[in-house]
Amino acid sequence: MKPEPTRVVYGRTLVELGEHDPRVVVLEADIAKSTNTFQFKERFPERFFQAGVAELNMVCMAAGMSATGLRPFCSTFAVFASMRACEGIRTSICYPRLNVKIVATNGGVEICGDGVTHQGVEDISIMRSMANLTVLAPSDPVTTRKATLAIAAYDGPVYMRLGRQTAAVLHRDDEAFELGRMIPLRGGDDVAIVAFGNMVEQALIAAAELDKEGIQARVLDCHTIKPIDMEALRAAALETRGIVTAEDHNVVGGLGGAVAEAVSAECPTIVRRVGLRDRFASSGRDYRKLLHHYQIDAAAIVSAARGVMEASRSREAVLLGSMAVNERE
Amino acid sequence: MTAWSSEDAARLRTMARELRADIIKMIAEAGSGHPGGSLSAIDIVTYLYFHRMRVDPANPEWEDRDRFVLSKGHCSPAPYVALARRGYFAREVLWTLRDIGSPLQGHPDMRKTPGIDMTTGSLGQGFSCATGIALAGKFQRKDFRVYALLGDGEMQEGVVWEAAMAAAHYRLDNLVAIVDNNKLQTDGATAAIMGIEPLEDKFRAFGWETRRIDGHDFDAIHDACERAMEHGGKPHAIVADTVKGKGIREMEGDHHWHGMPPTAEQAERFLKELSTEVTA
Repeated sequence: MKPEPTRVVYGRTLVELGEHDPRVVVLEADIAKSTNTFQFKERFPERFFQAGVAELNMVCMAAGMSATGLRPFCSTFAVFASMRACEGIRTSICYPRLNVKIVATNGGVEICGDGVTHQGVEDISIMRSMANLTVLAPSDPVTTRKATLAIAAYDGPVYMRLGRQTAAVLHRDDEAFELGRMIPLRGGDDVAIVAFGNMVEQALIAAAELDKEGIQARVLDCHTIKPIDMEALRAAALETRGIVTAEDHNVVGGLGGAVAEAVSAECPTIVRRVGLRDRFASSGRDYRKLLHHYQIDAAAIVSAARGVMEASRSREAVLLGSMAVNERE
Repeated sequence: MTAWSSEDAARLRTMARELRADIIKMIAEAGSGHPGGSLSAIDIVTYLYFHRMRVDPANPEWEDRDRFVLSKGHCSPAPYVALARRGYFAREVLWTLRDIGSPLQGHPDMRKTPGIDMTTGSLGQGFSCATGIALAGKFQRKDFRVYALLGDGEMQEGVVWEAAMAAAHYRLDNLVAIVDNNKLQTDGATAAIMGIEPLEDKFRAFGWETRRIDGHDFDAIHDACERAMEHGGKPHAIVADTVKGKGIREMEGDHHWHGMPPTAEQAERFLKELSTEVTA
């Protein structure tokens, strides 16, 4: 595959799904050109339903369609899916466990120029709090195709967040993809970087940078935020000095929250969160500059990883010191 | 066309009185619930389940069945008593309403209760889901009908009008929206809280066939539903003028009975009132 926006891959994979399963229908809220559901519309116009600019009605109609055995995919921007349609997803889809897929594009600040109103930086924390919901955010074209096929094969509600900008190819076609299982992209036992979406590429850049300093970073692509891969996190917590989470999302309640919650129960370790620091971003003409401006990039990950190393070493020094004191006593 | 005679109306009137008694009994037993709107809706619900809808209690998931969506989900006792009477589950189950482990949740749950076609309770969303079911029916070229029952206070929710717009846009003449217009909501008179009239004009402006009836007159309910069987390319709205708490003199027209259960003593009195009318 070639570098391209994950939303484009989604649109193409939807057509693929449509070819195989006549029960797949697509609902859209007037941004088909952007979400790429237009690809499905062109191939299967009779199975494509516009809701117009009415996101709550879109997801509730999808719930009703699903109740008759259809398999609806709904798309809009992450900000509208997670907030305007929030209660519909919660009460009409998650509660009755209906087989509806919400695939939201423009997650994070990637829709840079439009500014805060169109930047979805709370969606993962909101969606993560809903029972029965599986939450995904694939990072590249390869995993986006696999994730789209995997959620279609899974019988239950799913929220999948996609990006806007061109995404580099980070994964191999022949690599295994399983819902709820992180994919290691790089080995390392000093620090673990857990990331989703566009931050996975940044994590790899950061890991290469850290390598120059002699810090070996493990990079984990956390394409499924819920359910979180406890096994991979346990190993990361036990085998490294600490974890850095990286997400194009508010640091409150998203991946950082999910990882901290998970490890604190049985293998507490240092967790440093890279993301939008509980503030609103702004417009920006270049999304890479915008990510850098708000410290959501490889540089921020490098500095967080260094912080983990330092904090771990000083904790070690304190522990060794107190052990020495104990011995003297 | 379904056959209709004065005997049908009389039979349904008697049945609705008995179902009213079950509603009072189950809400009193539960210690919480919404009697006022359940009683204003029960004549319509009785008509739908005992004369109109093609359903099969032995096969609640029958894919060609007509659907009933209680968008005003807080009045769940109304469909619950009808479903029990139609044999979807035993009548004894009614007395478990709202208890831990009961299949009868405070608001309808399609996964727990046989015969409930959609999980509802957050106002407006059920209507939107019903629109989706009707849209799926059209798309799959099935000839089932979808009956959505809404409250008048519910008409204040924005998503109701999003759904109304979509239903007309997709020419869902298999969708019938019935507004249980009892004119009272939790905090008082609907007209005083946030006026919703003129409802027929609103629906008509959104592209719906509309008519207004007395929601306690079985002949009128039948006539309106019969006309709603016509496939004219438009969805059908029936504004049913009703009385909140209908059938219990003490409750009628008093908004305090929106979400208040009767005490054991009141329930006994109300049940007596209903049984006296049955024998009268």
